[in-house]
Formats: sequence, structure tokens, C-alpha cells
Amino acid sequence: MLPALTLLLVCQLLGEIVIRALGLPVPGPVLGMFFLFLFLLLRDGPSTELRTTAQALLQHLSLLFVPAGTGVVLYLRLIQEEWLAISVALCVSTLLAMLVSAAVMRLAQRPQEETP
Amino acid sequence: MTPAPLNELWVYLATSPLLGLTLTLLAYQAAHHIYQRSGQHPLANPVLIAVAILGSLLWLSDTAYETYFAGAQFVHFLLGPATVALAVPLYTHFRQVRRLLGPLTLALLAGSSVAIVSAVLIARALGASAVIQASLAPKSVTTPIAMGIAEKIGGLPSLTAVLVIFTGILGAALGPALLRRAGLRDPAGNGFAMGIAAHGVGTARAFQLNEQSGAFAALAMGLNGLFTAVLLPAVAHWLL
Repeated sequence: MLPALTLLLVCQLLGEIVIRALGLPVPGPVLGMFFLFLFLLLRDGPSTELRTTAQALLQHLSLLFVPAGTGVVLYLRLIQEEWLAISVALCVSTLLAMLVSAAVMRLAQRPQEETP
Repeated sequence: MTPAPLNELWVYLATSPLLGLTLTLLAYQAAHHIYQRSGQHPLANPVLIAVAILGSLLWLSDTAYETYFAGAQFVHFLLGPATVALAVPLYTHFRQVRRLLGPLTLALLAGSSVAIVSAVLIARALGASAVIQASLAPKSVTTPIAMGIAEKIGGLPSLTAVLVIFTGILGAALGPALLRRAGLRDPAGNGFAMGIAAHGVGTARAFQLNEQSGAFAALAMGLNGLFTAVLLPAVAHWLL
């Protein structure tokens, strides 16, 4: 587990360094994900150990959003003033974007399926 | 040895990161338990319930969010390595990603644009202020990118962070049922859609549905982050 965690942190660190050096508009971890992906392509896949560690982290991914979400307590008043606009915009826009993405995926795949 | 008076005990607990960290884990496990007991009802979303529990505790004990976060930051920190770890399932499903490159690109362009434009237009139609509109625009993108964008286009970055999480909770809670009802059942396509509209929280939910959905959601989250970071600042002057 230790080498796998170290590899994840090294990729993240490289990501953070590169985005700062080049002034990219991407967060370090997202670039780090790309670096790890390249590493996996070069090494022909993850070790069993890396796979297990990644699974352990991703299994509880939802938990990791809880501290940031609790930040809502800082904005209760602002949100209260415009709660209707905010909640309708969030609900409709999020579900609409999801529906459109999935529908476009299906429509775009259809011609491919017909060719053998 | 005489026992410490209660107020001294409270001073220790309130200043040590241990309490915030432990409460975060306890609240999440309680929330997860409720979610399972409800038969995985969408409205019993574990992130939502955990946030409600912790928010109420902070309010009742009159504790500052900063004090809580001093402990919770250790959980928050793991978001970084967990994001990097998304490369592993992505690699596993890479062959399928390559085969679907065309449809994935089209879905990204359509979904990302709809997520931005519809949020701004609906908020404006309902009379939201300019700051709220700008803070809402990058709501479907993963938190750190969304905060950077909000700052560039005149929103409040920390408010955006909260709106982003609630977007994710909504998408994760209601998205799978909506897609199923619309007759969309492709695990790859639905995962990709959840990643576009509901970033990391949607990705977490997609992983619970199946690993293939999770891999495509992770890909969508990364791509939508990049795409929105380029697109939104460029179109902000006429959209907002």
C-alpha cells in the first residue's frame, strides 16, 4: 500500500508543479490523473497493489466531499435571499445537462452499431 | 489526579483537529447507514445527510466552519490522491474509450454547454443577482477548477465550491433514476453523463452502480473541467 500511495502523491505533486510552472487553468490532481494514466500505458497496467489502493480510495469517494459541502453554513444567508433561483437553476440545469449528454451519446453511437 | 473541568475539556476538543475529523467520519457513516436502511433512496444521499448533520452540529454548538475544517481538512486532502487514482479504472476501460471517441466528444460539447448556459439563463430569469449567476455558471465542474473559473468571471469562488457540491449531490441522487426513466441504460453513456453534469460526486455514485460507469464518469469529469476552463472565461462577457 505504501508504494502505491507514494506513486499517487508523486503524480499529484508533478501535476501541481507543472500547472504552476506553465500557468495552466487545470487543478494539479487532474493533471496528476493524466500522468498516472501515461505511467500505466508505459508499464502495461497497474500492479495488483496499486489496483487495491485505488479501489480503497475510490470506494469512499463520496466521503471526501463532505468537508467542502459543510461550507454551506458560511453562505446560508446569501443562499436564503435567492434560494428559489439557485435551487431551480441547480436542479433543472444539472438534470438537463445529464440527460442531454446521455442522449447525445446514444444518438451518436447508433450509426456505428449498424455497420458490422 | 483530579479530573479536568468540563470547560477545559471543551477548550481542548474545540482547538484540536481530532474532533472535526472524527465527527466527519461518524456523520458520514451514520448517513451511509440511513441511506442503506432507506433502501438506497435517492433523497437519503449520504453526502447530503452528512452535511446536514455536521452543519446542524456547527450551528448548535456555535462553532466556526474554520475550526471544524482544521480537522476535516485531513479527509479533504485525500481528494487529491483519489482524483489521481481515477486513472486506474480509466486505464482498465481505455480500449472502449478509444472506440467511442466520436460519441464521447459530441456528448462532452453538448452536455458541457447545456450545463453552463441553462444554469445562467434559469437563474437570471428567476431574478438572481449577477454574482450568483457567475457563481452558478461553472457548477458542473470539479471544485478546484470551478473556483478558479468563478474568480475569473466575477463570481464568489467559495460560494461556487458549495454550489458545485450541491450540484453533485443532486446529480448523484436524482440522475440515475432520471436516465433509467428516459430509457437510457448504457453504463458507459450514463457514467459519462454523470461525470459531465455532476463531476466527482456523480463519479462516486457512478462507481457504486458499476465500475465501467465510474471509469467513464472519471473521464467526463476531467474532460469537462478542461473544456469549461477554456470555454467559460471566453464566452463570459456575452453570457453574463
